[in-house]
Amino acid sequence: MSAQNSSAPAAHSDAGHDHHGATGHLHISMRDYLIGFVLSVILTAIPFWLVMGDVLESKQLTAFVIMAFAMVQIVVHIVYFLHMTSSAEEGWSFMALIFTLIIIVIALAGSLWVMHHLNTNTMPFHDMQKMQQLP
Amino acid sequence: MTTANATAAGGDTPVFYLKEEHAHPEGSSTMLGFWIYLMSDCLIFAVLFAIYGVLGASYAAGPAPKDLFDLQLVAVNTAMLLFSSLTFGFAMLAMLKNDIRGTLVWLGVTGLFGLAFLGIELYEFAHLIHVGATPQRSAFLSSFFTLVGTHGLHVAFGILWLLTLMTQVRRHGLIEANKRRLMCLSMFWHFLDVIWIGVFTFVYLLGVLR
Repeated sequence: MSAQNSSAPAAHSDAGHDHHGATGHLHISMRDYLIGFVLSVILTAIPFWLVMGDVLESKQLTAFVIMAFAMVQIVVHIVYFLHMTSSAEEGWSFMALIFTLIIIVIALAGSLWVMHHLNTNTMPFHDMQKMQQLP
Repeated sequence: MTTANATAAGGDTPVFYLKEEHAHPEGSSTMLGFWIYLMSDCLIFAVLFAIYGVLGASYAAGPAPKDLFDLQLVAVNTAMLLFSSLTFGFAMLAMLKNDIRGTLVWLGVTGLFGLAFLGIELYEFAHLIHVGATPQRSAFLSSFFTLVGTHGLHVAFGILWLLTLMTQVRRHGLIEANKRRLMCLSMFWHFLDVIWIGVFTFVYLLGVLR
């Protein structure tokens, strides 16, 4: 991104505190925003087109494709708009991001998995007939 | 960095002190702290998404997403938020050039896009409630209004924050503190756009597909 990142890593830990305030670390450019914007437009337009135009025959394939596009677009936003790099704030914000992602995966996958099983396995309506025949 | 030296000064009891306590400039940890706030906010949305994922198909014999959602309106809404992300980027670039006027203009444009987004969302909510699809109608609608409403509330507070900062910049100029605040708001604003990607994909597109 900038020449500052390519300087010797040994010097970085000392220089980290010499920056004035928060804006010292900022490496943003018009190029980043425009790349991010164009990619986002493409990654948004294709899913809408797929669903609104009924392009693919298989609904499952469409669902899979638009979810993949969403994942890619989230990464694009984080890289080009939020300027997240693995070295920002000496790696701490990247650590926080990874930790959050792990928690999100656990919360989402766990909830959906457990509640899906509860819905399909303990719904009383399937076996109402059988239950009435029980002694 | 900080080394604790133990010296036996006049007796057996060692005295501990920090040899060099380097100065932390004001606000040097703000960005990391704000990032951690954003991550915790992300967890709130993750939980709301999980609730929607569990309850999103429980219509209680009421209307389904296919009957309710107008994808063209959602596409326009998505465009509003995406444009506002770009214009906020322009505001940040103007800020780095210490261009007060440019910063204020681009912040104003961002605010207008944000207001357009909120307006369209409120119009959609009003339409849904008008046709009887209220939050009380089914578990699907409860979770829908909670998830999308929480995002809309975030955007509303983002606009309030934006107006506050515009006043601050107009009064005090682009001082270091104002730059720091603008950077926090920039992260907040882009973060809301990231959440909206999840909303339009999982709620609207997958809902209509189902």
